[in-house]
Amino acid sequence: MLTSTTSGISNFRAFDPPGLHPEFSRLGLTIEIGGLALRVRAPGPEFWSLLAARYSNFVRPESRAEMEFELFAAPPGPLSAETELQVRCENGRWLVSRGEFRAAFDLRSRRGQLACIPNPYSVDTLLRIVHSLLLAPAGGLLLHASGGIRGGRGFLFSGVSGAGKTTMARLAPPDVQVLTDEISYVRNAGGGFRVFGTPFAGELGIQGENVCAPLAGIYLIEHGAANRLEILAEAEAARRLMRNVLFFARDAHLVSQVFSTVCELVRRVPVFRLEFLPDHRVWEIIQ
Amino acid sequence: MSPTYIARSSAVAARRLGDEMVVISALDSTLFSLSEVAAVIWEAADGRTPLEQIVRERVCSRYEVDHPTALRDAEEFVRALAAHGILLASEQPIEAPPARAAASAGGMQP
Repeated sequence: MLTSTTSGISNFRAFDPPGLHPEFSRLGLTIEIGGLALRVRAPGPEFWSLLAARYSNFVRPESRAEMEFELFAAPPGPLSAETELQVRCENGRWLVSRGEFRAAFDLRSRRGQLACIPNPYSVDTLLRIVHSLLLAPAGGLLLHASGGIRGGRGFLFSGVSGAGKTTMARLAPPDVQVLTDEISYVRNAGGGFRVFGTPFAGELGIQGENVCAPLAGIYLIEHGAANRLEILAEAEAARRLMRNVLFFARDAHLVSQVFSTVCELVRRVPVFRLEFLPDHRVWEIIQ
Repeated sequence: MSPTYIARSSAVAARRLGDEMVVISALDSTLFSLSEVAAVIWEAADGRTPLEQIVRERVCSRYEVDHPTALRDAEEFVRALAAHGILLASEQPIEAPPARAAASAGGMQP
């Protein structure tokens, strides 16, 4: 048996909206995650208010947006049975769809549109996809992981649904700044990998804090009969981390970039397998 | 019997991590872990050297294995990776890698 199978910001140009209609500015919202600001324009004041509350920790009116999106309310009709997210690129234009969710954007012109049922989850989906595409060439990625900062150091707890991401966030001691309980944002910031808070919430239902820190450790979590920690070899760590990376486009070049980032990540940041009991003592072994 | 020539697809990325060679198919994000011997064959897959020669010069000379056994294992390895599209196999020398795969449908769900 010779094989075994297992299953991209530093150079962004700021967006300078030319001659916007006053209504555009009034209903626009600049949301900055991981140091990257995207501006969305809501179709009406009610949805704008909803988004402003949903992303309150990440609204940065003073930031210069790298991309701009206009949101439209999807026309009413029977709900689609389509559940699989479709992402494809045609002549440089990305097209994303799932049910009533229809997005189109161009990373070169830095503009896009989203037609959706007006709820924050649709905007979450858009933000995740766009950030993942922009992070790939910049040596970053989005990871299914909760995370926190303690003593100036960042820790991630990665796993599939049910592995305990929200539990780890709930159990965090008071001195931990919770970054997210669902989706973590990792970027190679020159001197090393840093982890950023995100508004992407899981069962906890609250957005993370908008802070960042050097990434000190990644824990691949699973429930167990005791708290047990085991450091993983680089290849095993890379294989397991790749399963938890959020990436949507089957673009050969972008996938290679994400893979390269994961390989660099496991070389520079220790990755552990963590079995844990769901009580506060688990945080005693996080260091 | 015609010689078999092998070449790495351009739609893959490979990195050596510790003692292992990890290969990812950029088409479907499938990961492959190559053993030490498989990694030797992978790295020698230049499209110009016949598989039989790779096995004789790179495998049998380094490892305690007879040529028929090593060649049979290598052929199985090539078939498996060729089925996933990450290794190309041909009875003719392979001159140039195929064009990069185009962007297409989505991967993991948000």
